[in-house]
Amino acid sequence: MAEVKTRLSLFNWAIILIGAVFFFVPLAVTGIFSLWQGGNHYGFSAYALLLNTSGFWASLFLSFRLAVETILLSFLLLVPSMIFVHLKAQWLKPLFEFISNLPFVIPAIALIDGLTTLYTGPAWLISTPNYLVIPYVFLALPYAYRSIDVGLTTLDVKTLTEAGQSLGAGWGRIIFWVLLPNMKAALIGATLLTLTIVMGEFTFASVLLFHTFAVFINDTGQNAITEAAALSLFSFLITWLFMLGVLITGRRNPATLAGAH
Amino acid sequence: MQATQAASPAGPAPAGATGGMGAAAGKLIPWFFVVLFLSYVVAFLVAPTAVLVVQSFTGDNGFTLSYMEGLADYQYALAFENSIILSLASAAVGLIFGGLLAYAILQPGAPKFMRSLVTSFSAVAANFAGVPLAFAFISTLGTLGFVTVLFKHMGVDIYSMGFSLYSLTGLTVTYAYFQVPLMLIIITPALEAMRAQWREAADGMGATSWQYWRLVGLPILFPSLLAAFLLLFGNSFSAFATPYALSDGNIALVPIDISNVLSGNVMSDPQVGAALSTGMILVMAVVLVIYSLVARRAARWRK
Repeated sequence: MAEVKTRLSLFNWAIILIGAVFFFVPLAVTGIFSLWQGGNHYGFSAYALLLNTSGFWASLFLSFRLAVETILLSFLLLVPSMIFVHLKAQWLKPLFEFISNLPFVIPAIALIDGLTTLYTGPAWLISTPNYLVIPYVFLALPYAYRSIDVGLTTLDVKTLTEAGQSLGAGWGRIIFWVLLPNMKAALIGATLLTLTIVMGEFTFASVLLFHTFAVFINDTGQNAITEAAALSLFSFLITWLFMLGVLITGRRNPATLAGAH
Repeated sequence: MQATQAASPAGPAPAGATGGMGAAAGKLIPWFFVVLFLSYVVAFLVAPTAVLVVQSFTGDNGFTLSYMEGLADYQYALAFENSIILSLASAAVGLIFGGLLAYAILQPGAPKFMRSLVTSFSAVAANFAGVPLAFAFISTLGTLGFVTVLFKHMGVDIYSMGFSLYSLTGLTVTYAYFQVPLMLIIITPALEAMRAQWREAADGMGATSWQYWRLVGLPILFPSLLAAFLLLFGNSFSAFATPYALSDGNIALVPIDISNVLSGNVMSDPQVGAALSTGMILVMAVVLVIYSLVARRAARWRK
């Protein structure tokens, strides 16, 4: 072993220091701002006010509910079909991979343009916030696909399935009792990423005029800057919490990049 | 490992054991889910996109190029120009700073805790989306932002010096908050694959640090860097929530223009919105096709 450099150069330290300042200052300032009560007074009144605002809880629960629905629909659409493709129809895999990347090519704002042009009804579909789940599935698709794909390739699905079948289990039983428990880490990763994306999603909801959490933050920011700062910080903490979960459950999970900016 | 799983898809399936109806259903149910997924994609992703493309080429009298040609009008040409400049600038900032930061924390001398702190923070910041990010920067660098006021007290008025958070420069600074961490996440595997022996061999032959990077390091990293740049470009080009919340919809960018047409803030045909969307999809498609070609080449050194 040659001598290993054990100290960082001054240049590297400078880079790290600049990075630390750039990433820390906006968060710290947002924190200070959220505590400002005018003049020289600081306190938690912005937070107290928010907790008593009905829009806060309503939008937070709405976004959370939509996230759960998105996760359920994504898994319903992806898990059985991907297991089947993995086992019996490998020739379909390039198509699935291609589809999983399509949401990158079609920006959210373009997709919502197309959706509103194509679907002007039925009312039960497009007039409730649940309509958002349809495009949200595509926002989550690249990350959900990749997580499940990693989960499947690290499992010996063929042997597990044949073992299940030889013991007389049907497809439903094999999926729920054999494969899913073995893919827990991958599925939790996909779940947390989808939660992060949907909880912060703004584009679809604002164009379709539904009051999700991100829309609520934006509306609040129009007239109450300290509350908006409190909400921004809160939103950062939510992201932090979910991403921490992703990092803990899937250390080698490559699907850690979301994209709802 | 991999080879066993890629075994012939036509292999004998012991599904027949359940016999009769069960076997038939067992064969059909998986196909039902494949068809379900594909139909969903066609109905809600492919069809809406196709409708947009068709609409942007259809006038009162059938096929027309007038809407796509209309993208050359000053207002829309400006939006595309701004979007592209912003994406190039913020991708460049992300590439350079994210690359240097990744390199710095991967050095053997960097404290372990710092590496995991930076990596986990990057995962959060790369996902810290739109509206809250915009407000964090308004609080910091807006006209009445904390840092703006602080500088003013020190006698430096950044706004009279030409800076504005609500301009392309301001957006580039704001976008850096998610572009730099994204770059760090993307480039780390490529940097980790750089072998210490390459550097040692170069050192042994008397190469300077500059020579090593110019003749060995950067040429090897080039495909990875280019791939990362393209991803960052696309990430910025399609961003909507951040610029919308930051400028309240008053900055000329393609996504903002589309939303203005959609919400009826400006009087224009829906075809104009469709043409803008089609243009946006075209740019993204070109960027991602080049990306996939480059990424394949970048994977060569990672075996």
